[in-house]
Amino acid sequence: MDAVSLKSVSKHYGDKPAVAEVDLDVMVGEFVALLGPSGCGKTTLLRLLAGFETPDAGTISIGVREVARAGALAVPPEQRGVGMVFQSHALWPHMTVGENVEYALKIRKIPGPERRKMVERALDTVGLGERRDSQPDQLSGGQRQRVALARCLAMEPSVVLMDEPLASLDVHLRESLQAEFHRLHRQLGATIVYVTHDQSEAMALADRVAVLDHGRLQQVAPPRGLYAEPATAMVADFVGRGMVVPLDTAVPGRAGSVEAQLWGETIHLRSMRSGASMRACLRPEGLSLGETGIAAKVDRAVFEGAATILHCRVDRAPDVLLRVLHRAAPPAEGSPVKIAIGDGWLLPTAA
Amino acid sequence: MTNGAVPKASAVRVTVPRLGLSSRGGDRLLAGAATALVIVFCLLPMLRLLMEAVLPSADGSLPLESLNSRSVFRAGTNTLVSSFASTVISTLLGGGFALLIGLTDIRRKSLLTLLCLLPLLIPSQITALAWIKMLDVGTPARAVIDVVFGTESNHPLYGGGGVSFVMGLEHAPLIFLAIAAACRALPCDLVEAARAAGASHRRVLFTIILPLLKPALLAGGALAFVSAIGNFGVPALLGIPGRFSVLTTLIYQRLNGFGPSVLGETAALGLILALLAAIGLIWQRWVIRRAPALRTGGPTGPILPLGTARPFIELAAWLLLLLLTVVPLAALVGAALIPALGVPLTFETVTLENFIYVLTQYQPTQRAFLNSTLLSAGAAIVTAALGLVLAYYGELRRWAWMRALDAVADAPYAVPGIVLAIAEILVFLKPLPLLGVSLYGTAWILLVAYVARFLTLALRPLAAAMKQMDPTMEEAARLAGASGPRRLFSIILPGLRASIMSGALLVFLTAFNELTVSALLWSRGHETLGVMVFSLQSEGAAGAAAAVASITVVVTLAVAGIATLFARRLPKGTLPWMP
Repeated sequence: MDAVSLKSVSKHYGDKPAVAEVDLDVMVGEFVALLGPSGCGKTTLLRLLAGFETPDAGTISIGVREVARAGALAVPPEQRGVGMVFQSHALWPHMTVGENVEYALKIRKIPGPERRKMVERALDTVGLGERRDSQPDQLSGGQRQRVALARCLAMEPSVVLMDEPLASLDVHLRESLQAEFHRLHRQLGATIVYVTHDQSEAMALADRVAVLDHGRLQQVAPPRGLYAEPATAMVADFVGRGMVVPLDTAVPGRAGSVEAQLWGETIHLRSMRSGASMRACLRPEGLSLGETGIAAKVDRAVFEGAATILHCRVDRAPDVLLRVLHRAAPPAEGSPVKIAIGDGWLLPTAA
Repeated sequence: MTNGAVPKASAVRVTVPRLGLSSRGGDRLLAGAATALVIVFCLLPMLRLLMEAVLPSADGSLPLESLNSRSVFRAGTNTLVSSFASTVISTLLGGGFALLIGLTDIRRKSLLTLLCLLPLLIPSQITALAWIKMLDVGTPARAVIDVVFGTESNHPLYGGGGVSFVMGLEHAPLIFLAIAAACRALPCDLVEAARAAGASHRRVLFTIILPLLKPALLAGGALAFVSAIGNFGVPALLGIPGRFSVLTTLIYQRLNGFGPSVLGETAALGLILALLAAIGLIWQRWVIRRAPALRTGGPTGPILPLGTARPFIELAAWLLLLLLTVVPLAALVGAALIPALGVPLTFETVTLENFIYVLTQYQPTQRAFLNSTLLSAGAAIVTAALGLVLAYYGELRRWAWMRALDAVADAPYAVPGIVLAIAEILVFLKPLPLLGVSLYGTAWILLVAYVARFLTLALRPLAAAMKQMDPTMEEAARLAGASGPRRLFSIILPGLRASIMSGALLVFLTAFNELTVSALLWSRGHETLGVMVFSLQSEGAAGAAAAVASITVVVTLAVAGIATLFARRLPKGTLPWMP
């Protein structure tokens, strides 16, 4: 069953499309990350789900209920039963931690004793049971975001929407809260739609990642699939900084493999059964230095601890830098090398 | 070096800046002069007032004892009651319009805001006069009132009710500004979080927005209350003829009736006023400090839609605002265009007689125009120069005692104007040492009092600009060998032109309309416009008073327009009517 379903949803600001023809289904209990560079429309998409924006086209359903149909229906946010965690935590500064968590329950007219129990439980879940009577400004940044999470969970929403909840925290806090989100998601089985611009965060947390660019959905896939089989050049570049190179020819071979010509060298690429373009996505770990291969010169060797990344300038295409993962001692800068392509992916579309 | 040749190390001529007294001397001279002026103009009078009020007078009696009289008690009670009532009116009007403009999707917000802030530009005595004219005998508004409430011979606004009402209108912008700023700073996500939690618009308003705006409301209310306590223009025009006496008018009438012999007694009265004001201001700071801190960064200024009621609410808002701000001013101009009180304004009766009279025939008003212009310009120039020096050494150089002077400069503006006037009389009544002449009875005491009172208006934008300034500019100039005053004039000053101009124009504007301080310090030959409006009206020269007031309003609005041009690129809030 789908917890959230968007059908060709579009939203324009003036002439500019913020979200264009997005189709997306999120299953119950699934953790979906909306990933993309700033201005790609991911936050607008989340606000469309929450009801703070109304779509110009398409329909949005939450559970079995349609909540928005362009021009016809717009259920206001307060009647959608979704929970939201904001980047700025958005705790009400004039209420204690407990009152913040209690607010939504009061609105739902849950009787006092039960309400207090729910507040306690929600705060215990995030490990802040002791801080019930604190003021939000007495808490640390990480604790505030935990309270915001408890506030959201206490109302037992059908969907939890998170708008870059970790963006304003420092690196260490971010990691510990990521672990906490992961645990809570497994433990509570909540459906979560999570906006982030940080690809490693999306990869670490999500069951599926939806990549957006210029308001359009580029690809929706599990993290591994996204990395290994990017649907577009944008995804290839944005996720793990893949190198997109132009091919001379590409001839479909046996199932799942393609023989292609790249700067005069014959290479083998993985590919989809259907759909092919004249571009490939290469990753540093799929390349190695060898006896034969693409002739290049070492431009720069960047030491990264476990390995060194060699930036090599291709002889046939001097404006292209290939990054090669190299574990042995690096060759001197400027020395000629041959680059063998062990693994690559034929991009399925020309986009 | 000029032809690009690299000099040999041994050939580099190092010019060592002259150190010691000479390089520090300029700083000390400039800062010392500013310090002396601030101490003599601002600090000394306040201390002198305190002494005069507390220490026994020549005949051995304590001035504070003289307060134990029925008239003082009545005036004190009237002050508190009318100030409280006017604060309630200010809160309802200023707060209501601030919420309407700040939080809803009402249209033409900037025009509405301008109308809401118009009373800031119109001084109390002119607002009071305008309302008198609007409801004078023979006006359509008075006819309506006579029909509804029955014919009264007295003006309906004379007395405590009128004083409270007009002061309430006059100070509503203070609450409007406080609430409007708080609405703008309100993070949207706090409202969105509440809506996601299931709260309706109405519930969001009452459980989230209003509680968060409460500190601003209380702080604005405290300011309105303090302003009402110190207000003189409104009770002078509406209270005195209605036999409704407040502390400010009581002080004025005593000093006017008995002269400097009652200075000790009025100083004691002034001290009471100053204490009331201090309590209000301390409370205001306390409320602001206790307010919960709002995160900044994300979008702010949440909007609640008015829905289908919007056109009706807009119509009501416009009608009310026009009635309260523009119509009285129109009535004022109308009253200046009729030959005598009670004559209806028609094409047959309209006349420029009053304007011609005050501009070309009646010498005191002619003098008043000249005096007010010169005094205001003088005050603007002196405060700008003084403010520049104080802000430079206080904010950029972080000299501790100059920062202390910054707080001292606030005092004469924080206390009610009438209190400052008494304090200046106390210091400058006696002949100056060495010179042997007294400033009292000359135009100079007005200039001194204006500078003391309005210094903070010129200082605030300059201090804010200095605080924002990149300190490395100043440090680079210092390494280049420029002395303090030289850095101030060649490096700092050019970047501050807009701040200086808008601050100076604000001082000019405020001084040009001044009544409270001038009412005690003016003398024959040294009349000011505020005093002229007041005395013409109380002498029964209604048309002349309206003409002077009308001209003043036009000049004020013109100067405000020029100041607005200078402040376009300055931080918001530099000019009070540009939030």
